[in-house]
Amino acid sequence: MILFELFFGMLKVGCFSFGGAYAAIPLMQEVVLSYGWISEEMLTYMIAVSESTPGPIMVNLATYVGNDQAGIAGAAIATFAVVLPAFLIILLVMVLLKSLLKNPYFQAVLGGLKHCIIGVILATGAFMIFQDCFGTGLSLEPDWIVIIMTAVLATVYFGSRKVMKRGISPIALIGISAAAGVIVYGIF
Amino acid sequence: MPVLLELFLTFAKIGLFTFGGGYAMISLIEDACVSKKQWITHEDMMNMTVIAESTPGPIAINCATFIGYKQRGFIGSVVSTIGIILPSFFVILLISSYLDRFLEIIWVANAFKGIKIAVGILILDAGIKMLQKMQKNALSKIFVIASFIMMMIVNIFALRISTIVLMLAAGAVSLLLFMAAKPGAADKGGGS
Repeated sequence: MILFELFFGMLKVGCFSFGGAYAAIPLMQEVVLSYGWISEEMLTYMIAVSESTPGPIMVNLATYVGNDQAGIAGAAIATFAVVLPAFLIILLVMVLLKSLLKNPYFQAVLGGLKHCIIGVILATGAFMIFQDCFGTGLSLEPDWIVIIMTAVLATVYFGSRKVMKRGISPIALIGISAAAGVIVYGIF
Repeated sequence: MPVLLELFLTFAKIGLFTFGGGYAMISLIEDACVSKKQWITHEDMMNMTVIAESTPGPIAINCATFIGYKQRGFIGSVVSTIGIILPSFFVILLISSYLDRFLEIIWVANAFKGIKIAVGILILDAGIKMLQKMQKNALSKIFVIASFIMMMIVNIFALRISTIVLMLAAGAVSLLLFMAAKPGAADKGGGS
């Protein structure tokens, strides 16, 4: 039953999304692909859409996947499930467990989790770029257009921080990359 | 205006005008709930940021739940949390009904091919930013590097090992190392 699957899949994502907006992406990717809900390509597109629309990325992705699978009921259930762990845990912390967060054992576990997530996110980003540039198989098939575009966009994005105080924003990078895509793929 | 309605409208406004989520929302919440409405103090807000880092979920939602609860208990927390989610819920609903047809237009498809590249860079950048903020010592570096290598192996060889398993293993190893480094601490029990 798709609504149950959506609920439990998104609950899993919600439970383990420690550490900010992008922390949920590797897990979301895993859950969505293992159930075969939407393609990896579509998910990547939606990450960009979520970054460019209001609201936390994790919630936006859940809404999209839910709607794609089971219409508005699916969207509501997926969104509810992805937010539920965060909601309940904050209530628990306020009502019962104020001291738990300061407990050294809890902090030790949390330290492991958080550092693991940093490694996982770095690997997710690196692998995504690698796949774009060299294809999905184990045999490397370099796509030179993508490699050059990646190099240029990364230079612009990270280089802008040297020129401007805060650099260009993620939304600006998405805008620039969209324009680059229209021009480059329009010509080649 | 009744407080519940005020909570709902305030968080709906914040939910509607913050892009990208995460920390971008914090300054808006601070402005609305600390400076204007004085629902919580700046001190509360700082504490909340720390709690949010130790709990799952987007920090903006954590803040909404927290402030709602402080004002009107359980009902307040429900109303505030729904308030902050609802605007983006409808925006995404609207977009997702049109995205497929939109992608059939050739230049839109081309634009998204470019955007795909940006997403990889943004995710990598999110990881780098977390790396810069983290407390650096030999142990934390080993954890990050080991997780990175494990995740790369999982990705490249398409192994069916869940990220959750990886995270729980890291948590368990971290706990064991902590207990090994502090013999005797276990005798005092788990109290604060």
